[in-house]
Amino acid sequence: MTGKPKRRAEGAPVGRRAVLGMLGAGAAGLAAAPYLQRGWERFLAAASEHDATGLTGLLPNPGGFRYYSVVGSVPQKDETTYELRIDGLVDRPATYTLGDLRALPQTRVVHDVLCTDGWRVDRTPFEGVKLADLLDAAGVRSPGAAVRFTCFDGAYTESLTLEQARRADVLVALTMQDAPITHAHGGPVRLYVAPMYFYKSAKWLSGISVTDKVVPGYWEERGYAVDGWLDDADRHGEAA
Amino acid sequence: MRSTAGSTTRTGTARRPDATRGRTGPARRPHRVDRVRRFSTAERMVHRATGWLMLACLASAACLYFGPLAQLVGRRYLMVTIHEWSGILLPLPFLLGLLSAEFRADLRRLNRFAPYDREWLRAARRRRTEPGARPAGKFNAGQKLYAGWIAGAVLVMAFTGLLMWFTGLLPSISRTSAIFVHDVLAWAIAIVVIGHLCKAFQDPESRRGMRTGYVRRSWAERHHSRWLPRDRSDA
Repeated sequence: MTGKPKRRAEGAPVGRRAVLGMLGAGAAGLAAAPYLQRGWERFLAAASEHDATGLTGLLPNPGGFRYYSVVGSVPQKDETTYELRIDGLVDRPATYTLGDLRALPQTRVVHDVLCTDGWRVDRTPFEGVKLADLLDAAGVRSPGAAVRFTCFDGAYTESLTLEQARRADVLVALTMQDAPITHAHGGPVRLYVAPMYFYKSAKWLSGISVTDKVVPGYWEERGYAVDGWLDDADRHGEAA
Repeated sequence: MRSTAGSTTRTGTARRPDATRGRTGPARRPHRVDRVRRFSTAERMVHRATGWLMLACLASAACLYFGPLAQLVGRRYLMVTIHEWSGILLPLPFLLGLLSAEFRADLRRLNRFAPYDREWLRAARRRRTEPGARPAGKFNAGQKLYAGWIAGAVLVMAFTGLLMWFTGLLPSISRTSAIFVHDVLAWAIAIVVIGHLCKAFQDPESRRGMRTGYVRRSWAERHHSRWLPRDRSDA
């Protein structure tokens, strides 16, 4: 019996080599990822042009949006049922229908959409009402310093400081890629905060409330940065 | 009174198979010898726990990754939590298993490649499926490679996963790179694990070995020809 394990121990340690080889491949993958990824994206872009099945959308890092929702199901809203409520520290609380929003001056913002999960959609056009216009119409009262967004999925929330909310590239968006925003993309109305990661752009927007300080949003309570600026993370990583 | 009566009959019925077993013990003996112990309880528990964790990890990954599934399931935070914890706990059963001498002995068997393992690989490359062409010890060459590869892959996934989980853990590695490696390797693991399941489905006796700990001697001699002869000579 005692001789048995010794006999078994003969031979090349292929198992260990497989483990170490895999670790090495992982490290090499991390080092080469920026180059591999660029080539991969180019390949995917070329492949998806000839791909009738849509299977390329399943491949790693596809050049497209992915569906995220924090709840099980989200009600559908349209022209007749959608409402956007603006209240909190404002002089004139208001409720906008979809028609009201469409009647206001529209602004177009074209910017790259980046998710913290690694997918991105370059140069995506959004169109809608500038959040600053809605805030001006409501009239922010003196202690008001931040904006809290609520959504009709019943769970998601987001936040911006008043200064961020007044930027020209922050929209209450009605269209994306020149078409009305679909339900899966957060329609009929979603927020679009162009300079920040996409989790800041709350889908299914139903409430805008001016508060005296920033109230962390859904993912921010779960560890995400309250300021989701794009420039500090991936943008630098890619430029390097 | 009634309960006493009930309990006596129950004891009676419980005793009968025991007595039978005792009486036919010697007669049944060849039957028992016919079965060979393949895995200890500890090993089977390690395998079962790892299997469930891997399944939870892959299923929650699918719910995060595939658009149609994500739309159906939603509940992103729950899925993220399941994915993160099932993933990071994956090595735990293995580590606990190291306390078992039998588990460590099997790890040594999985690690070492004997000359007949290369023969097994050659046969596999030539698509020769008859067991005679594929000599194997307690584990065949495919199982050895699978074990080593999946162990390394899980470690790489845990590392890149932690980089995504705790951003800024290692600022020199961009989050995009970690995600890229995590995504690509996830596909490889999904394919390999599905292959592992297919192999198990094709072989009920090997499944029985993992479920009960015992396999038929004839099966072992056929599929793991270099495992048992040594045991027999010991006996």
